[in-house]
This record gives sequence, C-alpha cells and structure tokens, in this order.
Amino acid sequence: MTSKLIAPSTARTEPEAVPSREAWNAALTKRHGRELQERFSAAAVAVCGLGGLGSNIAIALARAGIGRLILIDFDRVDITNLHRQQYKASQIGRDKTDALCENIREIAPYIELEPHTVRLTEENAASLLKDAGIICEAFDKAENKAMLVNTVLEELPDKYLVAASGMAGLGSANAVKTRRVAERFYLSGDGVSDVAEGLGLVAPRVMLCAAHQAHMVLRILAEEFEP
Amino acid sequence: MVKINGEQLNIAGKTLAEYLADTAYNPRRIAVERNGEIVPKARYGETVLQDGDSIEVVNFVGGG
Repeated sequence: MTSKLIAPSTARTEPEAVPSREAWNAALTKRHGRELQERFSAAAVAVCGLGGLGSNIAIALARAGIGRLILIDFDRVDITNLHRQQYKASQIGRDKTDALCENIREIAPYIELEPHTVRLTEENAASLLKDAGIICEAFDKAENKAMLVNTVLEELPDKYLVAASGMAGLGSANAVKTRRVAERFYLSGDGVSDVAEGLGLVAPRVMLCAAHQAHMVLRILAEEFEP
Repeated sequence: MVKINGEQLNIAGKTLAEYLADTAYNPRRIAVERNGEIVPKARYGETVLQDGDSIEVVNFVGGG
C-alpha cells in the first residue's frame, strides 16, 4: 500500500456557498435559545488591542454570535505575532484590523465589524468606545493596560470593562482566573506573570486568558455577573 | 485601620500618593479603587485615607 502526500494546491475543496443570514441566525438561536441569542446579537463589544488576547477574544465572540465588534489596533501583523495571535503567514505586513476582519468574516459572515486602525489614547478612548456596552482591555504593555482601565473607569463609568493582567510563561493554566474588582470591572489572569520575566508568551496560556475575558463578556450579557 | 488589598494597615490620615510613594508600585502601571470607586490619577495627592476605607491597588504586568 502506498500513501502519498496531497499537495496543498489539490487539497483544497471548492468553497460551499455561505449560508444565508436567516439560516445563520436560526442556527445560533437553536443553539443559544431565542432570549440569549437576542442579547448576544444586540451587543456591541469593543476589543482594545488585537494581539494574543484581542485576536482570540474577537474570534471567540464572533463565533458566539455577538452582533457587533469594535476592533482597535494601530499595529501590523509581524512574523513574531504568529506563535500566539490569530493571523496567518500570508497576512504578515497587513494592518491587524484588516487581517482580523478578514479572518472573522470567514467564520461569521454577518457580524458587524467596526475596525479602527489607530493608537488608543486617553484623548480618543471615550469617543472610540462610546457605542460599546462592554470593553475588553487586550493590550500588551502594562502602562497601556493601566491607562485604558483608568480612562474607562473615570470617563465611561457605565460601561463594563474586562481587563487582563498576568498570562505569560508556562505557569499553571489553573492559575489564570477572573475576578470582579468593582461592580463593572473584571480582571482575568494570574496577576503576576510578567512578559518581561522568563520565556514570554505561549499560545495556550494567552488563549485561555482571552477565553476567560470572552466568556465573562457572554456571562455579563446573560446577566450572570459573578465570574 | 485601612484595608489595602486585604491587609489592614495603620495608615489612616496619609494621602493615597504618600502611601504609594512608600511602596514598590510603578504609578504608571496601577489603577486604584477606593470603596468600589476608581480614584482618578489626578486625585491621588488629595485623597486622604480614612479609617475603614477599603482600597484595592490593581497592578498590571505586561503581556497580551
């Protein structure tokens, strides 16, 4: 018996036609129930930073049927991102907003996407985030995380905020938790694993922190406010 | 007594800025909640810690 490798060019199958919007909504409603899916599809969630956390958060939320994602990042896809971020080799050099919108569209063709290719600052945060009910902090640098959290809590106190701190290295996956710091402020991570120490970030631990954040978003929308 | 991150400290009367200056926190990497409300960064110097206050200093580390 011989086996042969299938060349990439012949391994592709013809794309199926994308299901209609009605079929798409019906499938999500069947899975989540009408009430919950209506909450998910009516929600606008902002993802601030589209790196290891943000690209994974956005894809998880798109799969869950969130209606609208506000995606903010100034950066471009780099070869050093691919070990943990939801981009492809063919997308190196492109704006992360652009590349992530393309990847999300392949998963969830009818989601509303609002990309902003800008650096989020204290000055523009309130206007960029005004339409979001829930904001995910998904930056890489500690100073940027603190800036966004302080700005949102001071200027947008009616928003829910789900931030992250501490997901670097090969520490236990079970150390990553979500806690409710204040009524509308949640924090995921182990709180201590700094990327500056040790081997940096690995995909599973960043993904599970992103999953904590995305899951907290769904729980808030379901009015389950405890982590 | 003032509760800071779960620990009871005898620092009532100090300002938040004075307390933070005695710690290893990097002021650019923190957010501070006082009794469930964010303390704006601009008010650290005028925020006097009161007996019975509950303070949470959220310290951010890098990675994402």
